[in-house]
Amino acid sequence: MLKDITLGQYYQTDSVIHRLDPRVKLVSTVVFIISLFIVDNFIGYLIAAAFLFAVIKLSKVPFSFMVRGMKSILILLLFAVVFNLFLTPGEVLVSFWKLKITKEGLRLAVMMAVRLMFLIIGSSVMTLTTTPNHLTDGLEKLLNPLKVFKVPVHEIAMMMSIALRFIPILLEETDKIMKAQIARGADFESGNLFKKAKSLVPLLVPLFISAFRRANDLATAMEARCYRGGEHRTKMKPLVYAKRDFMAYAFVFGYLVLCIVFGKILF
Amino acid sequence: MSIILDHVNYIYEEDTTMAYPALTDVNLVIPDGQFIGLIGHTGSGKSTLVQHLNGLLKPTSGAIYYNGADINDEGYDKKLLRSKVGLVFQYPEHQLFEVDVFSDVCFGPKNLGLDKKEIQLRAYAALKQVGIADEYFYQSPFDLSGGQKRRVAIAGVLAMKPEVLILDEPTAGLDPKGRDEILDQIAKLREETGMTVILVSHSMEDVAKYVDRLIVMNKSRVVFDDTPAAVFAHYEELEQIGLAAPQITYIMQALREKGLSVDTGITTVTEAKEAILKALRG
Ligand SMILES: Nc1ncnc2c1ncn2[C@@H]1O[C@H](COP(=O)(O)OP(=O)(O)O)[C@@H](O)[C@H]1O
Ligand SMILES: [Mg+2]
Repeated sequence: MLKDITLGQYYQTDSVIHRLDPRVKLVSTVVFIISLFIVDNFIGYLIAAAFLFAVIKLSKVPFSFMVRGMKSILILLLFAVVFNLFLTPGEVLVSFWKLKITKEGLRLAVMMAVRLMFLIIGSSVMTLTTTPNHLTDGLEKLLNPLKVFKVPVHEIAMMMSIALRFIPILLEETDKIMKAQIARGADFESGNLFKKAKSLVPLLVPLFISAFRRANDLATAMEARCYRGGEHRTKMKPLVYAKRDFMAYAFVFGYLVLCIVFGKILF
Repeated sequence: MSIILDHVNYIYEEDTTMAYPALTDVNLVIPDGQFIGLIGHTGSGKSTLVQHLNGLLKPTSGAIYYNGADINDEGYDKKLLRSKVGLVFQYPEHQLFEVDVFSDVCFGPKNLGLDKKEIQLRAYAALKQVGIADEYFYQSPFDLSGGQKRRVAIAGVLAMKPEVLILDEPTAGLDPKGRDEILDQIAKLREETGMTVILVSHSMEDVAKYVDRLIVMNKSRVVFDDTPAAVFAHYEELEQIGLAAPQITYIMQALREKGLSVDTGITTVTEAKEAILKALRG
């Protein structure tokens, strides 16, 4: 059950996409998401699908791995589709009982489903091909100009990378504690909502204690090495753009132009 | 009355690129009342194996029988099984959560749906069994020392009155004194109650002097399953899989090579002393 969460996980392999500068991937993901909201016709979505397909192929991440993360948001997707399908006014196609499906509703529902799916697959391509450390490095660099407005960019990036780093550890810990309490006869599944909430106490208390202990250990370890964030801090591996990164930028820019021209203006 | 493992295989993350076989064709018969040591290098599959015995993990293929019934059958009462096959996890003190020691030990029997009186009697008896003095009963479990916390956690499983007690590396992270205390306590406990005990460890030295059967695991397989003396006779193979026989076994081996006729299957210092004296006196 816990193992099925692939959102925000890194998939280890060697591909062009893996080697790209994280800034390129961050910017491209944002551009891709924007493009999904620009296009509103069939050809536009076809272009987006082709782009996504090409990137996935290049990334060498198995498609099944990407789809597995989708399971957890299936409910959300269903909600979006159902609401749009039944609640959009317009020309009625089918109606039964009190529900009507309109032409506009159908169109909107399909569009919404495709958009959401592309959006999630698109962003998981980024997280699957970039280590959390790289991702936060890239983010820090991109947000650097905000320092002028006294935004603590480095600290935010640091917090993010620690949080990301702790997700798998805490999941593993949850699994362990859960098993230990089940071995003592705990039951996390049956009973009404109130009983279920109460049954979580033996899981949450040890989990919080363990999280605090780990956070404390990490803080001590950082202090012992004289960690000090922000100003004058240098990097062991500073981010430097390579030729392929500029090519990727050009490719993404070309895609955006295509989307605007064919997905919006022409038809 | 026993536990039987029949061709048990277990694969973590099956159907992914990270698929990892943690158990390969494990066959075991564990009769009542034995004191068993389960030994293996870190990552050899010990914890995975013991989690099968109380139904926390389900074998990818193969079957596990407890007292003749397949524990993974539809409708088998897993909760009852878990009270009969008590499993103490590695670092069990990490699972403590109640406001005081006594209530924490009550958690197990309470889940079994016993009446209040019985719950308290069991908790009291269990805490006594692991040697926790009355004055600690109403303290927060988080204020205890490492060794004491671990005892409380073990009591939490004992309070369910298991017929089989499994302890996964109960001495991990304890100092030598704390380690000996816990092991002695477990040996005493088993003498008093006669229950089956399975002691998981990666150290031969720890378990050799207590157990009457050793199961050795390597790379997801059971490689030896015999009395300690018979297993230690394979000390060269043991070394190859990153384990070592107790040091005393090496001494006896060396003595024998030098021509002293002593039994090489000896596992404790006391036995060795007797044997050497006997050999010298002729
Ligand atoms: N939840 C898990 N997911 C994937 N692999 C695991 C998991 N738990 C253990 N493993 C792997 O299975 C192997 C056996 O682990 P384990 O049974 O814990 O060994 P031991 O207790 O002997 O040290 C190890 O290589 C470990 O990495
Ligand atoms: Mg283990």
